[in-house]
Amino acid sequence: MKRQLYANLRRKIVFITLAVAFIPLISLSVIIYYQFAQVFRNKIEEQIEYRARAQGNAIELFLKERTAILLAMADTYTFDYLAGEDNLGKVFQIMNHRVGGFIDLGLIDSSGRHVAYVGPYNLLGLNYYSQPWFGEVESKGVYASDVFTGYRRTPHFIVAVRRQESNRSWILRATIDSDVFESLVRAAQVGKTGDAFIINREGIYQTHLRFDGEILSKSNLNPIIFGEGTTVLEKVNREGRKVLYAGRWLKKNNWLLVISQDASEEMTKLFKTKRMEIIIVVSGCLLIILTTIFTTRLTVSHLEMADRKMNELNAQLVHADKLAALGKMAAGVAHEINNPLAVIAEKTGWMEDLLTEEEFKKSQNFEEYKKSLRKIEEHVERARKVTHGMLGFARRMEPHLEDVDINEILNETVTFLESYARTNNIAIEKELETDLPIIASDHAQLQQVFLNLITNAIDEIGKDGLVYVSSSRINSDIAVSVRDNGQGIPKEYQARVFEPFFTTKPGGKGTGLGLSITHNIVQNMGGTITLESEKGKGTTFTVRLPIVVPEKK
Amino acid sequence: MMRTGINQTEGINLLLVDDEEGYVSVLSKRLSKRNIQATVALSGTEAIQTIKGQDFDVAVLDLRMEDMDGIEVLKIFKKVSPNMEVIMLTGHGSEQAARDGLSLGAFAYLTKPCDLDDLLNKIRQAARRKGGGTGG
Repeated sequence: MKRQLYANLRRKIVFITLAVAFIPLISLSVIIYYQFAQVFRNKIEEQIEYRARAQGNAIELFLKERTAILLAMADTYTFDYLAGEDNLGKVFQIMNHRVGGFIDLGLIDSSGRHVAYVGPYNLLGLNYYSQPWFGEVESKGVYASDVFTGYRRTPHFIVAVRRQESNRSWILRATIDSDVFESLVRAAQVGKTGDAFIINREGIYQTHLRFDGEILSKSNLNPIIFGEGTTVLEKVNREGRKVLYAGRWLKKNNWLLVISQDASEEMTKLFKTKRMEIIIVVSGCLLIILTTIFTTRLTVSHLEMADRKMNELNAQLVHADKLAALGKMAAGVAHEINNPLAVIAEKTGWMEDLLTEEEFKKSQNFEEYKKSLRKIEEHVERARKVTHGMLGFARRMEPHLEDVDINEILNETVTFLESYARTNNIAIEKELETDLPIIASDHAQLQQVFLNLITNAIDEIGKDGLVYVSSSRINSDIAVSVRDNGQGIPKEYQARVFEPFFTTKPGGKGTGLGLSITHNIVQNMGGTITLESEKGKGTTFTVRLPIVVPEKK
Repeated sequence: MMRTGINQTEGINLLLVDDEEGYVSVLSKRLSKRNIQATVALSGTEAIQTIKGQDFDVAVLDLRMEDMDGIEVLKIFKKVSPNMEVIMLTGHGSEQAARDGLSLGAFAYLTKPCDLDDLLNKIRQAARRKGGGTGG
């Protein structure tokens, strides 16, 4: 019951302490983590967005430069001049020398016929009239195409300009070097898994990809979802990984430069931080739990101990109070009984006196009378013992101090009881330490103490046995032990033997006051009385009295 | 009890002071059977009156009576008749009272109920001391 109470208390303290410690700790670490993650993510998005914008600008510039030089050449030279193969080769050389990145250069007349060509393919004389880009150039004047295979059967894209020369128009067309262009796009790739590529408005790949996907195949990215300018999106790819995409529109919103980046790759650093944080928080929590449990146990056990001490003290106080009240009551009862007892005793005595007279001696019931009177006297004596015991118990006075030799009192007491012991075939053995100091104490009270203890020992044995009385000096005390080889006192009675009216003696033989009085006397003298008892082996009562040196007279 | 000696008791002048009439009357009868003529006083005041008119060797005094405290009576006894020995006999005994009485010059202290032999012994001892006291 008590145990349960302390366990509950311990649980409550642990729970509250842990709650108070954990709730802020965990919420703080979660908040910090999410804040940090947000900042980190923003940083990554900013980075990829910046990269897309910068690289997009570079690509735009690349295309503008190529278009500009092509325009410049078309503006500078006439159709007739360029129609000469050598002249066109010279122009091609100038263009590659100035800006580079061209594969070939061709001159096409308004009917779509390839008039002149410089480059690695055999394309001279082919007609481009039906090619989609031809119409675009015709209508727009300047045109950069999407990637296509065309006559050469290899993916490429071209830049073409139309020139109106008096009454005829012609087209100067150049193929951009895919290797140069793609290296420019690839420069935006990051990390081990990042990619950079271009798709057109229909989602067709315009550049080679780092991993899966062929040029001119359909991308599963829908370019429509990317907004104006530069946009960052997060998508889950086929493998279920989160991928960040930054898209930047190029070429008047015809091409989309896409930079992809595995979010988890970038987030690895964040995950490391997360792991570290979790380790710190978990070990912190463990430490808190251990500390809390330890300190709580310590506190509660201290509390338990203090409570127990207080309870013991309370019990002692209550006990002392009870004894005092009992003592008063006992004294009152004893006084009230003593007077009638005295009258009974005297009346009985008087009747006995009268029985000695001749007339009664002749009575045939003379012996019966005598026997009855004896019995009355015996019982008066028994009652007297009780009342005297009660008075002794009630005695609440300071001991009367005189010079006392403990051994002398023991000798007196033993002598006094020897005949009583002998009739029960009980021997009393003494082992008294010589030269014990003379102490200031109460001779009569000590005699009563030893008388009680030795009488008890004899009664405890009943018949045939040994009472062993010893005295010794232990530090600043004199110890007197009275040991019997009787039946021993059962454990459950040991704590109660000093209670008034508690007796184990059969049917009215004991008053239950002897040990209680003994206990009181010894306590009043500042001493202690203890017992040790083992079933079947006997009981030892030990009185310890402080050595109080008598005042010098 | 039956072996009560009748000797050495002649001529002791005894005063019994006790307000318990049933007790003193039978006690005085038993004492007179043992050749001690006792005068009975049933209260403190009566006792004081009695000793003023008569000399006693020994008084047996109850410590608690309705009209007077035995200790007060003892003090007056010792003043009026300092040579008279006083034996205190009471059912309301306490050691404090005993010590007070003894320090005021009482000869002995006995508690009721008391064996008649013990009382007789004390009375004889007291009478002897008184005799010795006056003699020496």
